[in-house]
Amino acid sequence: MDKKERVVMGMSGGVDSSVAALLLKEQGYEVIGIFMKNWDDTDENGVCTATEDYEDVIRVCNDLDIPYYSVNFEEKYWEHVFTYFLDEYKKGRTPNPDVMCNKEIKFKAFLNHALSLGADYVATGHYARVRKTDGHVEMLRGVDDNKDQTYFLNQLTEDVLEKVLFPLGDMPKSEVRKIAQEHNLATANKKDSTGICFIGERNFKDFISEYLPAQPGKMTTLEGKEVGNHDGLMYYTIGQRQGLGIGGPGDPWFVVGKNVTDNILYVEQGFDHDALYSDALLATDVNFIQPIEPHTTFTCTAKFRYRQKDSKVHVHVREDGLVDVQFDEPQRAITPGQAVVFYDGDVCLGGGTIDQILKNEVALDYVG
Amino acid sequence: MDSIYIDHAATTPLATRVNEVMYEYGKTIYGNPSSVHAFGREARKYIDEARMTVAHSLGGQESEVIFTSGGTEAINSALMGVALAHKKDGKHLITSNQEHQATLHTMRYLETNGFKVTYIETDETGCINIEQIKRAITDETILVSIMMVNNETGVIQPIEEIGAICAEKEIYFHTDAVQAFGPLDINVDQLQVDLLTISAHKVNGPKGVGALYVREGTHMQSLQFGGEQERKRRAGTENVIGIVGFAEAVKDIQQNRVNDQNNIQACAEAFLHALTKQDVNYTINGDRSKSVPGIINLSFPGTHVESMLMNLDIERIAASSGSACTAGTVEPSHVLQAMFGESSEEITNSIRFSFGKENTPEEMEEAAKRIAAIVQRIQA
Repeated sequence: MDKKERVVMGMSGGVDSSVAALLLKEQGYEVIGIFMKNWDDTDENGVCTATEDYEDVIRVCNDLDIPYYSVNFEEKYWEHVFTYFLDEYKKGRTPNPDVMCNKEIKFKAFLNHALSLGADYVATGHYARVRKTDGHVEMLRGVDDNKDQTYFLNQLTEDVLEKVLFPLGDMPKSEVRKIAQEHNLATANKKDSTGICFIGERNFKDFISEYLPAQPGKMTTLEGKEVGNHDGLMYYTIGQRQGLGIGGPGDPWFVVGKNVTDNILYVEQGFDHDALYSDALLATDVNFIQPIEPHTTFTCTAKFRYRQKDSKVHVHVREDGLVDVQFDEPQRAITPGQAVVFYDGDVCLGGGTIDQILKNEVALDYVG
Repeated sequence: MDSIYIDHAATTPLATRVNEVMYEYGKTIYGNPSSVHAFGREARKYIDEARMTVAHSLGGQESEVIFTSGGTEAINSALMGVALAHKKDGKHLITSNQEHQATLHTMRYLETNGFKVTYIETDETGCINIEQIKRAITDETILVSIMMVNNETGVIQPIEEIGAICAEKEIYFHTDAVQAFGPLDINVDQLQVDLLTISAHKVNGPKGVGALYVREGTHMQSLQFGGEQERKRRAGTENVIGIVGFAEAVKDIQQNRVNDQNNIQACAEAFLHALTKQDVNYTINGDRSKSVPGIINLSFPGTHVESMLMNLDIERIAASSGSACTAGTVEPSHVLQAMFGESSEEITNSIRFSFGKENTPEEMEEAAKRIAAIVQRIQA
């Protein structure tokens, strides 16, 4: 009898990872469920959502008759994800902690932990696909276009993907819910989690002000005309309309940039204000899943935010690994700190961090 | 693959004989021991007999035993009960930094209620510093509580010497003997303890039952209000069936202690010998010559406790480390921190193995083989 291949499944207590575990078990793997505790969110009443989520993991694993454990990555998460998150905000940028969490925690610390348990694979409930072809491993978008999560997985490398299973990549979310209901899983009707995992349902402003002192300052137009006051630059992101509190006649106001040195928030009127548009960007920390040599230039599509439609771009890889990205069409509200992720059809080529925004070959310093 | 249970310090299997006795009792007897009719008297007779068995096993009197829901309740009652009844005499308490959470958390609660607590330190051998106790005692000191055998290392603490010190100074002395009861022959007069805690499920009895020995003349405040059970010291209808099972487990200890402990010792030695033979790199935490035979705490350099425990479970070996915390993650052991300091290697790579009378040396060799494979894979 062949020994079953062992898969360590990352279980969050949500419906996606519950169904993923179920599917793996049905496919004949030896499945071990592990809950990652990355954040201590015990509130003043001693209640901690991690404990409640873990209770759901226990219920589902008991339903599936698989062993379950919990592993604590709080320290690593703080060091590699949260510190980065705060540092980016201090620089006036809008970071993407999920990208970092996948890179440093789920597909590094957790993967290593799984390997120490003798796992052949690690699995998660992400909506993405892995394709193995003659010596190469590729990552493809999940078939449910609305749920595709390759944007957040852009930093994974080939040698990591080789050990990864994404059981949900081939199905739409509706199918996942249906399977959960058919099997009466404890999490079948659980609400999807929203927002940044460590903030949860809390108010972002309240949360971030516990860690970064808010420094209120002036709101001006790019020409320096004062139009109001802001509560702290970290509370705003490029292209934002809500919460500016500027009244008066004319079109609504939008955030177009930040000046961290002088603590000024730049705003302009009109959704389509020219200052919101750019035609190129410079990306740092770029990972290509199939390595690409410096000095290479190619055409592909890209996303600059999660759930955005792809846009056509021209990519040039510099000697030092930095990447120039030119847009076929001008793009609105490109935001430093967010990820730019490249695609060739369904294949995710990799991605990097948006560092500089350019228009007509000039860096738009006002963006931040 | 057969499962191997070597986590007896967490809990033990219910002895067949204990199960039978409880079953027989439950088949026909259901009276409330406080009732003034034949049904009540019948149940009452069983509790009285059980109380005698437990009291005599400790060298105490029947009137000095209070049945509780377990070790934690007994410890809470002892510490809180004495502290609250004697706060006019002083508000200083002494314990150690290697006690069970039941003691440490009760002490912390008392601290938030105006009491002052001194935590005696532990040395690298796992033993508390007895000189520190002598120095810590003041006119304000009303109670000392030190465990008899540590639950993580198995190290036996100098209870008789502490008993003598407390007797001389006329300070109440409680010992948590949950892990000592069974391996050691306990006599409350010889140890000069005023209060002593034991638990049934650590000695092949049922869960949910324990006992607190309280020396005659000890003033304690009751923490649970209601009926007048247990000489007004613990309100609530007694868990008679559990108490009956507890007494049966105690009888078994008294008859078979030497044989059982010899077997446990043989298993522990076989386990260590097999690990050495398999070239597993390990060190023993705590002075083995001062420990009960059944508990061994081992450090495996180059491994990590979370990964080790999961690997052991996957290989069907039940062992443990520290205590579980929120969301099931492993909390660093405060006992090992007390011994080696907060940033020591041992905290991150130590596992407790604890043996029981149903273990066999052959089983231990098999366990050592599986552990060797795990350690070698992790260290590679």
